[in-house]
Amino acid sequence: MFRYYLDLATRSLRRSPGLTALMILTIAFGVAASMTTWSVFRAVSGDPIPWKSSKLFVPQIDPWGPTARGTDPTDSHYGDPPDALTYNDAVALMRDHRASLQSAMYMISPSVVPSDPGKHPINANGHAVFSEFFPMVDAPFEYGSGWSVADDEHRAQVVVISNKLNRKVFGGGNSIGKAMNIEGRDYRVVGVLKQWNPQPMFYDVANTGGFFINGDDLLLPFNTAIAANMSNNGNTNCNVTPKEPGFVGLQHSSCIWPVYMVQLDSAAAAQRYKEYLQGFARQHHPQWAPNTRLRGLREWLDYEHVVPSDTRVSLLVALGLLLVCLVNTAGLLLAKFLRRSGEIGVRRALGAPRAAIYAQFLTEAGVIGLAGGVLGLFLTWLGVAGIGLVMPRDIASLARVDVSLLFATLFVAVIASVLAALYPTFRASRVQPAWQLKSN
Amino acid sequence: MKLHPILAALRRHKAGVVLIGLQIALTLAIVCNAIFIIGQRIQRIQRPTGMDENNLFMISQLWVGAPTGDDQGSTDKLDAMQRTDVQILRNLPDVQSAIAINSLPLINSSWTTGIGMKPAQERETAHAALYFGDEQMIPALGLKLIAGRNFNVGEIQHMGARGHNRPPIVIVTRTLADKLFPKGDALGKTIYVDRDTPSTIIGVVARMQVPSVDSWARDFTYSSVLIPTRLDANFSRYVVRAKTGRLDAAMKESRAALFAANPMRVIDDEDGVKSFSDIRANAYKADRGMAILMGVICVILLAVTGAGIVGLTSFWVGQRHKQIGVRRALGARKVDILRYFQTENLLIAGGGAIAGILLAVGLNLWLMQHYEMDRMPVLYVLAGVAVVLALGQASVFVPARRAANVPPVVATRTV
Repeated sequence: MFRYYLDLATRSLRRSPGLTALMILTIAFGVAASMTTWSVFRAVSGDPIPWKSSKLFVPQIDPWGPTARGTDPTDSHYGDPPDALTYNDAVALMRDHRASLQSAMYMISPSVVPSDPGKHPINANGHAVFSEFFPMVDAPFEYGSGWSVADDEHRAQVVVISNKLNRKVFGGGNSIGKAMNIEGRDYRVVGVLKQWNPQPMFYDVANTGGFFINGDDLLLPFNTAIAANMSNNGNTNCNVTPKEPGFVGLQHSSCIWPVYMVQLDSAAAAQRYKEYLQGFARQHHPQWAPNTRLRGLREWLDYEHVVPSDTRVSLLVALGLLLVCLVNTAGLLLAKFLRRSGEIGVRRALGAPRAAIYAQFLTEAGVIGLAGGVLGLFLTWLGVAGIGLVMPRDIASLARVDVSLLFATLFVAVIASVLAALYPTFRASRVQPAWQLKSN
Repeated sequence: MKLHPILAALRRHKAGVVLIGLQIALTLAIVCNAIFIIGQRIQRIQRPTGMDENNLFMISQLWVGAPTGDDQGSTDKLDAMQRTDVQILRNLPDVQSAIAINSLPLINSSWTTGIGMKPAQERETAHAALYFGDEQMIPALGLKLIAGRNFNVGEIQHMGARGHNRPPIVIVTRTLADKLFPKGDALGKTIYVDRDTPSTIIGVVARMQVPSVDSWARDFTYSSVLIPTRLDANFSRYVVRAKTGRLDAAMKESRAALFAANPMRVIDDEDGVKSFSDIRANAYKADRGMAILMGVICVILLAVTGAGIVGLTSFWVGQRHKQIGVRRALGARKVDILRYFQTENLLIAGGGAIAGILLAVGLNLWLMQHYEMDRMPVLYVLAGVAVVLALGQASVFVPARRAANVPPVVATRTV
């Protein structure tokens, strides 16, 4: 029976090629616009570490008191502590060591001098972190591993590098044990990471804004970087000017610049940590009532507005376009179906139940949807390829066509057309056979 | 023309009329909001920085193994290195002027701070970005001094990048001056930069945009303070103006000359030397992209709606073939038939447009609430209404003309 309806559908569609083409194009454009913007949205709103994002948390502690909090109650950050910590708070939290894994970190951008004297020095992006950073974020190693807690304490001159920096400086391969000249000092390579560039860069969205196209080239022990006077390359926010000059002055100041992440394995542990933070604030900032937050990673990404509002607005507008295309298709299908009232009348008079009319016309709509979907796929592919021309590179480069997008496009196209056909089909099934036969 | 027969006919096609009206309403709502977004983005992209941007380029570099700049000795050393670099750049054949500066409009790397009117004021009076440079800063960037005077050579200090001794004099932008002193008498007044150091305003420049174009800086886009101090750090930024038409040559020369003088430095291959037009394009890429995307969606939307009207009206024309013949046979002229379909479309589109205005305003309010959007001026809605009505008329014309061409003899054939 389905094949019969399919046959009827193709015949009917061929009879009015202009109208058919119009409907297919409408569906195709509507679906392609939605899918293109969806592919970008999907890329930037994804969970960068889905297997453990529920265990990662970002603590916030208010170091400045009520006078420095925002004045606009409609602001989503109103009354919240800043999104980074003071050096003193970060170090004290590390010392207390209350989470199962934790790391303070700050952004660095040291120069790396290649061993080949003919090459110019290069600039490397990185973070100064603690040893627990690597198991906490599940950083994948190609060779070696992270450093030890003892290395943290003794300010060991060790470094973990990305496979990209490994290729650039050492030509690739197992570089464990080799010396790397960073800012004029030698550091021993203890680990080489596999290709690893989580987007958004969830462990430091406060400084990167989330999307950081190049990723980290190297990771150094926090205490070692501080001892080497490697200054912060991320944001520094001060409520009052530091009393002493220099990087040391910044460490003693109430300025915020290190960021922090903890791993808490259960809800009970998270609750305990929350209470600990309140106690911490009471002890370290006794001048005002404790004002702390502990946000889970997903909530944190949301709070930091990692998904650009442009991406959301584009998706919304494209969905609006799809809706208009649906209404348009519904109108055209209504016209097309009712024009065939005579044919419906004959079929009904010959004994076809209403269900048969439904099946026939919805099949026809499905065929239009499928054709629109196939064309829409092609247009989506063009759209995703072209989005790089109009959107910033760090966002657009994340969007790609894959199997799931392919199926989603076809699925949306067929479902959309069938939805659009529901009312026209209902009207078609209500056609009175007697009246039609008489008038013909 | 009487509306009664048109309304009577429309009542027989309720579903079709509602669908077309709904489509026009949605189209109107989306198109005016999209055009509003496009207009806003174009306005943002076109706003001036206050500088003369022609032939301007920026060099960002980092010295390898340079002193920290935290104590006086190393600060002096860094200052000497920076001045040597600037001198090298100034001596190049294709270079007109060169300065060292801590930041530049549109590069998104900023030092912003609170400005107060009293020492240790609890809440800041205004927020502003700080530009650190010497007496060459204003002429080299092409800023317009509209009141007071420029810095003298003797007034220029230098300090480490994390130092905090603020000089006793500053130059501010007009926007900041007006915000701090609404009576327009900023010149000679004392303000507290960083809220704790007194500085006297000795000059006012017409305009100097802050470095960030992000939303967090949108409340102080033109509030900048020029500070007569060279900042010394292990990195530096140089802004160079090439001689007319020699931009590419000057950019190449600069890189080579700096490396020749001191190879122990990093100048990034891609971003180390960048023309200001590239910096501008990069800063507004997202806005340009959003405008293009909204434009594409508008075009598709209008095309789809136009085609839908053509399709549905064609169907109605086919359906009413006989009636048209009868009307023609009873003496209606071609133009009457044409008018009939045009008026019918105007009624439907007008109804859709009224619903569309409500939807458009609602959508705008919703976007304002959720996504840093401004209130849409009525003009955009009116323009949108004009566009959809014109679209309706244009789309209905082809099928309406076909209807007008139905010969009166049709009436005699079947009845």
